[in-house]
Amino acid sequence: MTTTTAAKPVAKPATMAQALGRAMRDAMAEDPTVHVMGEDVGTLGGVFRITDGLAKEFGDDRCTDTPLAEAGILGAAVGMAMYGLRPVVEMQFDAFAYPAFEQLISHVAKMRNRTRGAMPLPITIRVPYGGGIGGVEHHCDSSEAYYVATPGLTVVTPATVEDAYGLLRASIASDDPVIFLEPKRLYWSKADWSPESPAAVPGIGKALVRRAGTSATLITYGPSLPVCLEAAEAAREEGWDLEVVDLRSLVPFDEETVVASVRRTGRAVVVHEAGGFGGPGAEIAARVTERCFHHLEAPVLRVTGFDIPYPPPMLEKHHLPGVDRILDTVARLQWEN
Amino acid sequence: MTVQELPGAGASHRFTPPAWSPRTDAAPLLPDPEPYRVLGTPAADGLDPELMRRCYAELVRGRRYNAQATALTKQGRLAVYPSTVGQEACEIAAAMVLEERDWLFPSYRDTLAAVARGLDPVQALTLLRGDWHTGYDPREHRIAPLSTPLATQLPHAVGLAHAARLRGDDVVALAMVGDGGTSEGDFHEAMNFAAVWQAPVVFLVQNNGFAISVPLAKQTAAPTLAHKAVGYGMPGRLVDGNDIAAMHEVLSEAVRRARAGGGPTMIEAVTYRMEAHTNADDATRYRSDAEVEAWKAHDPVALLERELTARGLLDAEGIQVAKDAADAMAAALRDGMNADPVLDPMDLFAHVYEEQTDRLREQAEMLRAELEAGNE
Repeated sequence: MTTTTAAKPVAKPATMAQALGRAMRDAMAEDPTVHVMGEDVGTLGGVFRITDGLAKEFGDDRCTDTPLAEAGILGAAVGMAMYGLRPVVEMQFDAFAYPAFEQLISHVAKMRNRTRGAMPLPITIRVPYGGGIGGVEHHCDSSEAYYVATPGLTVVTPATVEDAYGLLRASIASDDPVIFLEPKRLYWSKADWSPESPAAVPGIGKALVRRAGTSATLITYGPSLPVCLEAAEAAREEGWDLEVVDLRSLVPFDEETVVASVRRTGRAVVVHEAGGFGGPGAEIAARVTERCFHHLEAPVLRVTGFDIPYPPPMLEKHHLPGVDRILDTVARLQWEN
Repeated sequence: MTVQELPGAGASHRFTPPAWSPRTDAAPLLPDPEPYRVLGTPAADGLDPELMRRCYAELVRGRRYNAQATALTKQGRLAVYPSTVGQEACEIAAAMVLEERDWLFPSYRDTLAAVARGLDPVQALTLLRGDWHTGYDPREHRIAPLSTPLATQLPHAVGLAHAARLRGDDVVALAMVGDGGTSEGDFHEAMNFAAVWQAPVVFLVQNNGFAISVPLAKQTAAPTLAHKAVGYGMPGRLVDGNDIAAMHEVLSEAVRRARAGGGPTMIEAVTYRMEAHTNADDATRYRSDAEVEAWKAHDPVALLERELTARGLLDAEGIQVAKDAADAMAAALRDGMNADPVLDPMDLFAHVYEEQTDRLREQAEMLRAELEAGNE
């Protein structure tokens, strides 16, 4: 350690990718039952280098390059968890996880329930998701609606470097299966952060107000958080003081934090990249309406990706919710019938 | 376009790839051309009398279990029962070759294997009576929950066996699947993982002729299902699934090799489902009475009974003892099934997550209020 006071390590710029890797490394060092597995996670360190160095430090048995077969990877992880291990599975890209859906839905999500609590499955499934990196087809899906619709799964998504570390540690420690959605366009986002002194972040199931405001609440998560924060800054010029709530956890959903915010501001917009129809925003808008009806000055609006298959890279900027679309929607909150 | 016109197809465009040669150790992996048999062959001379008498008692019990479970379906006590009449030798041998520390991964049809492993028949049938999905603690019995989605439990067996080996335990996992299940992607992925990892797994395929109504010829174009093993790099064994002596021997050998670090084996047991797929199925629509009759002559219980009787290893008294024990099991099963299970509706919310979510608490309260209103 190069710091002068060993007790207070200096936070340095770190990327979300580094924080995620560090979370797995620390979990593996502390608990010999934690195993990382997936296609390319070993020698290559993952296509995004998230697992870089793990195979070298812990060996192939703890960080395993598997055959290229997502159902097999997740199915094998089920058996490993049944025997007492804590597998951390990488699904490489959002749309690559679909072959594993039967394992996920028929077994992973249900094992605790069907055995009446006798056999929980502590599996963490890391899914790099969302667009904005110019990826071609099948590399940019926002698949969270499938996961949140499946009882038994916990679904979290970090938007900051701190949360990437903290939420992944919490996910690995959880005795329930966790879908850990990694906003891949934030992999290279940086923050002053040191793994030795991770700031105290709340665990799974807690939303955070990332920016306090009074005029309206933007409810968002994952890749859309920085966009919402930028929109909130821009909105000041229009005379809007926007509050931004980062959900962090889609299941469980921290309804109380969201409801408290909307009751304060009286207006709400839900923002996410996934399609709007049947997307998480639909559920959130419904719940907010049920709980905040008498506090609302306007209908709850949504800014989402279009209800289309993920577009080609050259068109994705039109699809992804951006600052302008958020501001236009906020303007519609001046509800005058 | 002919082959010659294809770009790069001409000899002049051909390049010589770097040296490569296929693995030469594939030949011993090939299955025998005929199902392996012991009963009625000279190999039966070497049978262990004590083991075979135990097999006989288990077969008789298994047949009785099938009859009782089918009767319970007719009485409405079981929602559904997929029969294993005709397949008892496979089910029982699978359970018999495992040590206590080993794991069994049954499909929905394999409740008899679970019973033969020592599970209370009432617990084995919990799922099928419409009570909770898994009526036992899988860790306590080392029996995975009955899997309804086909072949999806096979990767679990591979992962568990792999994990056990990583932890230094000489545990073997035996996974069961039907002929139809071999067409599923999970079958392929499990076989491939097991071979690549050299996991201590035994795959037992019960080829009972039909996947509900679809015959094997419409299921696969492979010469036998056992041939599939070769492509993954593991031995494939073709066995007479009605011959419990052959099943016991081949399964034991596979378990021994797995335990010793020799990797996985796939076994195709050629057998026949004498009854319909379930009570919801009409087997006369897809197979002839003559075919069923022909298989009756190759009944697993009768095969062993004939062999043991002819060798003086079993007499009328022994047959009666086995029958009495089977009847006692059936009586206990009937009693267990006649007692209506008491289910707590609030359990619906108890085991979804380790800690109930706010959402589930809210819904639980709603149901509790409905129940209390209903009781008023």
